[in-house]
Amino acid sequence: MTRIQEAAHQRILVLDGAMGTMIQRHKLTEEDFRGERFKSHPSPLQGNNDLLTLTRPEIIREIHDTYFEAGADIAETNTFSSTSIAQADYGLQSLAYELNLEAARIARASADAFTLKTPDKPRFVAGSVGPTNKTASISPDVNDPAYRGITFEELVTAYSEQMTGLLDGGADVLLIETVFDTLNAKAALYASREVMNHRAQEVPVMISGTITDASGRTLSGQTAEAFMISVSHEPLLSIGFNCALGAEQLLPYVDILARKANCLVSAHPNAGLPNEMGEYDQTPAQMAEQIRPYIQRKLVNIIGGCCGTTPDHIRAIAAEAADANAIRMFKTETL
Amino acid sequence: MSKRVLTLSGLEPLIITEESNFVNIGERTNVTGSRKFLRLIREGNFDDAVEVAREQVEGGAQIIDVNMDEGMIDGKEAMVHFLKLIAAEPEIARVPVMIDSSKWEIIEAGLKVVQGKCVVNSISLKEGEEEFKRQASIIRRFGAATVVMAFDEKGQADSFERRVEICQRAYRVLTEEVGFAPGDIIFDTNVFPVATGMDEHRQNALDFFRAAEWLRTHLPETHISGGVSNVSFSFRGNPAVREAMHSSFLYHGIQHGMNMGIVNPTMLEVYDEIEPELLELVEDVLLDRRIDATERLLDYADTNKSSRKGKERDLTWREGAVHKRLEYSLVKGITEFIEEDTREALDVIGSPLSVIEGPLMDGMNVVGNLFGTGKMFLPQVVKSARVMKRSVAWLTPFLEKEQSEASRKAGKIVLATVKGDVHDIGKNIVGVVLACNSFEVIDLGVMVPANQIIDRAIEEDADAIGLSGLITPSLDEMIHVAAEMERRRMTIPLLIGGATTSRVHTAVKILQAYSGPLVHVSDASLAVPVLSGLTGKQAQAVAGKTREEYEKLRTQYLEKGSNKTYLSIEDARANAFHPKWEAGVPSPPRQPGVTPIDHVTLRELEPYIDWTPYFKTWGLHGKFPDLLEDAVVGEEATNVWHDTQEMLREFVASNMLQPKGVIGLFGAVKTADDSVRVTEVSNSDHTLAHFHFLRQQQKKHSKAYNHSLADFIAPEKSGLADHIGCFAVTSGHGLESIVKRYEAQGDDYRSIIAKALADRFAEAFAEYLHEKVRKLYWGYAADETLSNEDLIREAYRGIRPAPGYPACPDHLEKETIWKLLNVEEVCGISLTESLAMYPAASVSGYYFAHPESRYFGLGKIARDQVEEYALRRGLNTEEIERWLSSQLNYEPKTFA
Repeated sequence: MTRIQEAAHQRILVLDGAMGTMIQRHKLTEEDFRGERFKSHPSPLQGNNDLLTLTRPEIIREIHDTYFEAGADIAETNTFSSTSIAQADYGLQSLAYELNLEAARIARASADAFTLKTPDKPRFVAGSVGPTNKTASISPDVNDPAYRGITFEELVTAYSEQMTGLLDGGADVLLIETVFDTLNAKAALYASREVMNHRAQEVPVMISGTITDASGRTLSGQTAEAFMISVSHEPLLSIGFNCALGAEQLLPYVDILARKANCLVSAHPNAGLPNEMGEYDQTPAQMAEQIRPYIQRKLVNIIGGCCGTTPDHIRAIAAEAADANAIRMFKTETL
Repeated sequence: MSKRVLTLSGLEPLIITEESNFVNIGERTNVTGSRKFLRLIREGNFDDAVEVAREQVEGGAQIIDVNMDEGMIDGKEAMVHFLKLIAAEPEIARVPVMIDSSKWEIIEAGLKVVQGKCVVNSISLKEGEEEFKRQASIIRRFGAATVVMAFDEKGQADSFERRVEICQRAYRVLTEEVGFAPGDIIFDTNVFPVATGMDEHRQNALDFFRAAEWLRTHLPETHISGGVSNVSFSFRGNPAVREAMHSSFLYHGIQHGMNMGIVNPTMLEVYDEIEPELLELVEDVLLDRRIDATERLLDYADTNKSSRKGKERDLTWREGAVHKRLEYSLVKGITEFIEEDTREALDVIGSPLSVIEGPLMDGMNVVGNLFGTGKMFLPQVVKSARVMKRSVAWLTPFLEKEQSEASRKAGKIVLATVKGDVHDIGKNIVGVVLACNSFEVIDLGVMVPANQIIDRAIEEDADAIGLSGLITPSLDEMIHVAAEMERRRMTIPLLIGGATTSRVHTAVKILQAYSGPLVHVSDASLAVPVLSGLTGKQAQAVAGKTREEYEKLRTQYLEKGSNKTYLSIEDARANAFHPKWEAGVPSPPRQPGVTPIDHVTLRELEPYIDWTPYFKTWGLHGKFPDLLEDAVVGEEATNVWHDTQEMLREFVASNMLQPKGVIGLFGAVKTADDSVRVTEVSNSDHTLAHFHFLRQQQKKHSKAYNHSLADFIAPEKSGLADHIGCFAVTSGHGLESIVKRYEAQGDDYRSIIAKALADRFAEAFAEYLHEKVRKLYWGYAADETLSNEDLIREAYRGIRPAPGYPACPDHLEKETIWKLLNVEEVCGISLTESLAMYPAASVSGYYFAHPESRYFGLGKIARDQVEEYALRRGLNTEEIERWLSSQLNYEPKTFA
C-alpha cells in the first residue's frame, strides 16, 4: 500500500479547490504572465495560467499553501493545460516538460512543508492531467463525422511527456481529470502505463470524468457506468467526477460509482452552477450543505472542489468530511 | 459455481452475468458474412453501411461484430473509418463493438478509435506464445476483452483434450503473464460439423460440450462462444434439419456453459417447437447416442423433402409426362435423359421447331423465372443451358428443313469483348443467361473492332449490342464504339458490362457519345430484365427514364468532382511517405538479372489458389470455404466446387495449362520525379530502363500521405543500394484447345469453369513465385514461414502491384516490363493494342521489398501531374490522357 492508500483508510481525503479562481483574484496583466523570460514571445499569453508556474511561481506556491492551511490533504499541480497539445495554442508546446516539472516541484515543496508541521497528517501532490482541448472520438467538423482533430498516438505522446515531468518533479499521484472524451482518458491511461514501465515505478492513478449536463452523460455520450467500465482496465486509486455541475446535480452520478466501483471514489464539483455572468456564487456554507449527503451516505473517499471553489469552500468541506465513520468502504486488494 | 461476469461498454454499459440470456452478436456488419455489407463497403457507400449497423442495433443486437477482411478493400482504413462513423451515431454507439479481423494491424488500428470497452475477435496461440503475449498485452492496455480461438502452433483444437490443453495454456499465459482479468477472456472452442459420415466426427458436438463444461468448472470466470452454424454443415440445403440442429446445439451448449455466439437468427428454430421425432434424431447425433444416429437423421432428411438432394437417387420424376420430364431436366441441369426425352417429344409433337418452342422454351421460362426471383443461381442456369443446347443439338438435323420459317425470338443481341481486350468469362455468362431466356445471342468473341461489331449488328438486324471489357483501356474503346454507333445513325440499345465498367463511367463518359438507349449492366443476373425492358413494349419509356437517371448521375458526379480538393504535384510530393531506410533496405538479390521459370507444375500451384474470387465469377459471394455452407448459396457453391475439383484433378494430372513465367531482379534508384531508374545489380551506373509512377493528388486528412509506389524505393541522395523486381506469368497456354472441346459439346458450363480455373492458376502462380522470390531468388525474407491462408491474406513482407491496377493504373508500364524481361519470347504472352495480356490467364507486376511498402488506390490526378508525366514518358499529353482517362480529375480538351 502506498502512503496515500494508507491515509484513505483513516479518513476522507480532501482535495484542494480551484486554481483558476484563485489566480483571477490577483488580476494579473499580460506583462505578469510574460515575465522577463517571455517578454518578446510573438503571441499573447494572458490567460495561460499554467505559465505562471514559470513566470510567477510565488503566486502558485501561495495558493497551494492556502489550500493546505484550509485543510486539504491533496494539492493539484498547476498543470491542467500543460500538455504540448494545449500549450500549442500559445506557441509554447516546447515548454510542456518544464511546466510540469516545475509545477510539481512547487506543490511538492508546499506539501512537504505542511507534512513537516503535522506529520500525522501527510499531504500529497496530485499531478493534474487535463483533457487537452482536442477530442479523439468526436468530430469537430459537423460535415465530416469521421474527422478527428487528434489521434490516440498524438495524445499518448503528449501525455507521456506531461506525466514524466510531473513524476520527475515529485508528484505522488497522477490525476486524469475533467474527462469529457473517454478515448482521451484511455490515451492518458495508456501513457501512464508506458511512463510507469519506463521508470519501473508504480504510481497511483486517479481518474475523474465530467458529466456535461442533466442528460447524465459525458460530452462523448457515455453514461456514468459506461465511463467507469471503459477505464477499468488499469488499476486505479480512485474514480470520480468533477466540474460542470454543482454538488447537488452531481450526486446521482457519484452515487452510481459509489455502488459499482472497486476502487476509491472521488468527487470535486463546482461551486454550484455559474450565473448569467459566468461566475460561481455558491457560498462555502451552501456548498458544504450540498456536500453533506455525500459524507452521510458514505459515497466518497476523496472530496474537493472544482471551478469557483476557494480555500473557504475547502475549509467548509473539510469540516463536513472530518467524520471518520463516514468513509466509504472499499476492498483493500483492489488498490 | 463462481461468478462469471463480462462487462463491456459502448455509450451504455453491457453487463453479461450468470443471469443473462445467451448473448447474440450482430453479424451483419461483417464483410465476410454479409454480401450486402461487403458491396456497400466496396462501393465506399458508408452512409448505407452505417444504416446496416443501425438496423442491427434496433433489431436487438447487444454487440456488433465489425469485420473488414476482404482482399479488395483496405481493411484497416475501412475499419477505422467505419468505427469513427458509428461513434457519431448515438443509437449505434450505445452498444459495444467487436473488432473482428484476422489481421492484427486492423485490430490495433480499431482499438485506437473506440472509447468504450470493446471485444477483440480474435487472437490465438497459432503463431506461438510470444506473439500471443504481445497481442494480448496490447489488447489489455486498450482495455478490451478478447476472444481466444482454441488454436495453437500445432493447429486447431479438434478433440476434448486438445481444447482443454490449449485453453488452459492460453488462460495461464493471459492471467499470469499478461495480467488479463479472467472475466475478459472469451474462448471460441471451435464448433465442428457432425453427421458427416466419418467416425472421427461423431464426437464433435459432444467434445465441444464436454470442453465447455470443463471450462465452466475449471476456469469458471471465462466465457464460451462459437459459430453455431458450422455444426450442421452436412445438411446444407435442408433448412429444417439445420435449424433444429442449431437450436438443439445452442440449448445443450448453454446447458454446458456456452454464453455467447454468432448465430444467424433466421437459421434458428425455437427449441420447444422442434418436431419431437426430429429433435430426438438430432440429439442422437449431437450427443452421439446411437451408432446409427447419422443414418437415421439422413433418412429423415431424405424423406422430408425440404432437402433437394437425397442420398438415394429419386427417379420418380421419370414417371411424369414428357414435357414435365424435359422441364425437370432443364431446371435440375440433368443431361442424362435429355436425348431420350427429346426423341419422345419429337415423336409426340411431330415438329422439331414445336419441340423447341413448346416444352423446351416452357422449361427455360421456368428456369428464367426461378433465376429472376433468386431461387436459382448462376451456375445452375448455366447448367440448364447446357441441357437445352444438348437437346437442340439433337434436334438440329430434323430442324434444317423447317429452318426457313425460323421463328423470331424474344430479341437478338450482338455481344463482344471490345478491341484490345481478351477477357470474356463475364460476357460468356451473360450470353448463356440471355440465351436461356429466349434471346438470340450472336457472340463475336474477343478483341472485336468497332466496325465489325456494328456491321454485324446491322447485317443481323440485331435488337441490341452488348459490350464487355475488363481492363481500363477498354473503357475508352467502348466510348469509341458508342461514338461510331452514333455516327452510323444507329438507335438500338447499347449495353455496357465488365469488371472495370460502372454506372458512373457509363453516365459520365459514354452517355455523351451515343444518343440511343444506353444501360450499364452491373451483374449477369440483370441482363435479362434490362434487355427485356429495352426491347419490350415500354422500350422508349424505359430508355428515357434510364437516360434521365444517368444525366442526373453525370451532373452529380461533375459537381462532386469539383468539390474535392487536389494538391499540386509539388505539394503532393512534399506530403510523400518516407519509409524508414535504416532497417528497411532489402538485401541484394541472390540471383540478379532475368530468370525464366518454366519448371513449375499445376500440382505445385494448386495449394496457392485463392478460391473466394473464383466463386465470385459465378455470382456466388462469400468467403471460401465458409460459403460452401452458406444458408443461401451454400448448396450451389458446393456443386460448383465438386465440378471444379473434378476438372482441376484432370488439369493437374496432365499439367494441361503449361505454366510459364519470368522474373527479373535489378538495382533501383528513385529519381526526384516519382520514377525509378532500373539498373544492373552489379553496376548501378548501367541503366536498363525507367519505371514511371504516379502520385495521389487528393488532399488528405492530417495523418495520411500522398502515396506513390516510387516512395518505396530509396532515393538517389540516400546513397543506399536499393532493388526492385518485376515478373510475368501465364497459365493460359493450352487453354484454348480445352475450351474449344467443351464448346463443341455445347458445354458452356465446363468451358467457363476451365477459363475461370486458368485465371486462378495464373494468380496462384504469381503468389507462388512471389514467395519463391522472397525466400530464394531475392532472398530478403529467407526465413519466412507462412501458411497458405497467410499468403492469401498477404501477411508477408513486400508487395507486387500490377500495372493497370489501382496503385499504378498506367498499362503502358507493361511495355517496359516486357522489354526488360523479354516476356513475349520467354513465356509467349503478348500484349494487345490496349495492352491486355494474351493469353488472358496471365499476371504481371513489380516486386517491392521494403517492409513498409503497401497497396493503395491512386485516385484522380490533376493536369499538372499528367503533363509532367507525359514529359517523363516522352509522349504527348493527349496520348497520356487517353491511357489514363478514368484517372483524370478534369475533362481533357480532346475528349471524343
